[in-house]
Amino acid sequence: MNYSGIPRWVYGLAAVGGLFVLLPLAAMVAKINWAQFIPLVTSESSLTALGLSIRTSAASTALCVVFGIPLALVLARRPFRGQRLLRAFVLLPLVLPPVVGGIALLYTFGRQGLLGKSLELAGIQIAFSTTAVVLAQTFVGLPFLVVSLEGALRTAGNRYEAVAATLGARPTTILRRVTVPMVLPGLASGAVLSFARSLGEFGATLTFAGSLQGVTRTLPLEIYLQRETDADAAVALSLVLVAVAVIVVGLSYRRPHRADIPAEAAA
Amino acid sequence: MSFHIDATVRARNLDVSLSLGPAETVAILGPNGAGKSTLLSVAAGLLRPDAGSARLGERVLFNLDGGSRVWTPPHLRGTALLAQEPLLFPHLSVLDNVAFGPRSAGASRAQSRETARHWLAEVDVAQLAERKPGQLSGGQAQRVAVARALAASPELLLLDEPMSALDIHAAPHLRRLLKRVLSGHRALIITHDVLDALMLADRVIVMEKGTIVEEGATREVFRRPRSQFAAGLAGLNLLAGTVTEDGLRTFATAGGASLAGGASLHVAGHLDDEAEPGQPGVAAFPPSAVSVFLDAAHGSPRNSFPVAITDLEPHGDHIRVRAGDLAADITPAASAELGLEPGSRVYFVVKATAVQVYAA
Repeated sequence: MNYSGIPRWVYGLAAVGGLFVLLPLAAMVAKINWAQFIPLVTSESSLTALGLSIRTSAASTALCVVFGIPLALVLARRPFRGQRLLRAFVLLPLVLPPVVGGIALLYTFGRQGLLGKSLELAGIQIAFSTTAVVLAQTFVGLPFLVVSLEGALRTAGNRYEAVAATLGARPTTILRRVTVPMVLPGLASGAVLSFARSLGEFGATLTFAGSLQGVTRTLPLEIYLQRETDADAAVALSLVLVAVAVIVVGLSYRRPHRADIPAEAAA
Repeated sequence: MSFHIDATVRARNLDVSLSLGPAETVAILGPNGAGKSTLLSVAAGLLRPDAGSARLGERVLFNLDGGSRVWTPPHLRGTALLAQEPLLFPHLSVLDNVAFGPRSAGASRAQSRETARHWLAEVDVAQLAERKPGQLSGGQAQRVAVARALAASPELLLLDEPMSALDIHAAPHLRRLLKRVLSGHRALIITHDVLDALMLADRVIVMEKGTIVEEGATREVFRRPRSQFAAGLAGLNLLAGTVTEDGLRTFATAGGASLAGGASLHVAGHLDDEAEPGQPGVAAFPPSAVSVFLDAAHGSPRNSFPVAITDLEPHGDHIRVRAGDLAADITPAASAELGLEPGSRVYFVVKATAVQVYAA
């Protein structure tokens, strides 16, 4: 069966859509000053920003996994009152302008914020620190992991967990040895999306964490700053960011890891 | 060391009470939606009943009656469940699937694998230990699932139609295997197959609409069924009513709406020694003893039931003529000659000597 059932004009529109994404990237690459490329991307400020971006994104991805798995489980497994509301709030950062998220975080963890006042008394300052960068990235990255994992959990169902329980496995053992391994592909793609989103985070970071070199100035902030003074550097760094994102996403999306899940579970 | 359960699940209309002795295997029979799987889920702890209690040996599985409510979670019950599908964990090897139970019970990795090898050998699939479940046939996977359930050393094994998803070649193999391994185990097995019940069970329970309608020793139930469902499995027609001197007085509802004629109908038959006139009883006769006529046949001692045909279907080298719950087996030639079709009004005629009447 090779029949696709797709009308021809669909291919035309698909091509336009694809070009819409590819063309700007090509235009950017065309503007790159290749002679200066290596010095520009290896300058001290660039390397500092890139290192900070990767470290903070890794940390926020870890936070997303730690809190995203329980959230997805709670949303996917058993209905309860207020579940739809909880899901709506968890997904809110997907549609919220990041700068609004930054302001919200500031009023929570800032000096005069809801929790910030108490934290300040305990000698902990979060706003305008590297921790703030990680929190801002986690805030915007968490929904990607939850959405992806919740879907995987719903698809897998809980029949395997029921069998595991009757075989004598405690709930924690079931989570570790059955549930998580079975939704690993969904968890992995969710984590990659969260990482990619964290890497590109700009608005919430700038609002909540500021732009201190080496402390809170991640690669997107560095690019924005350079654009004012040195367009060549901004374009070169943009390419670096695109390359990192492509590598990360490409590595995890090589092929859907569905082969291990039996047909009835994937159906 | 016995198992007793008493449970009510209102949402599914379930209300049952049953006991199992040590090392006893009981088959649960019944039409779809009778509550058989619900009963197993309640026993396994996957579904919480509205009321009732259950005990497995010394252990209280649940007790929802009275003040102090007890609920033992599934993993502490010692009731392994084997479903229609093997549900082997796809990410674990066959060996680790079978080792899952012992490992969860606290055995070391080496010990639990040792136990798993023993049970894999027991179900004749030791050579598949290193494979992933995706590389097994349906029959092999279900054998591994049996080994996995037994390796958890359950005190009660719950089997929910373990043969139904297998092809006709794999099923007999698994049935033989279950016969071997179930001896010495206490088990509840849901089945739609008379052969399963006869081969595997000491006792059968027939459920209809959430309640137990019949129970007894397997052979006895199939020899003299008292419920419509068991009679169907045993290949017998069954009419319920009141025992009389020379047969049974039955009501039109007994044979479904198709038993025309209204109020009550007398069935002439051979009374069982224990059947006393006046008590509730049933009349049973095989479809092969039934002839079909277009006109009422007269002359004693015969029964002639006016019916409307609901279905015609091939049955071996005969045609099975169904009229509600009653059936007659006739030759294709006879069927053609009579011009039978669904809706035809005919008479089912059966000799009194072919009808067994016994107490219900």
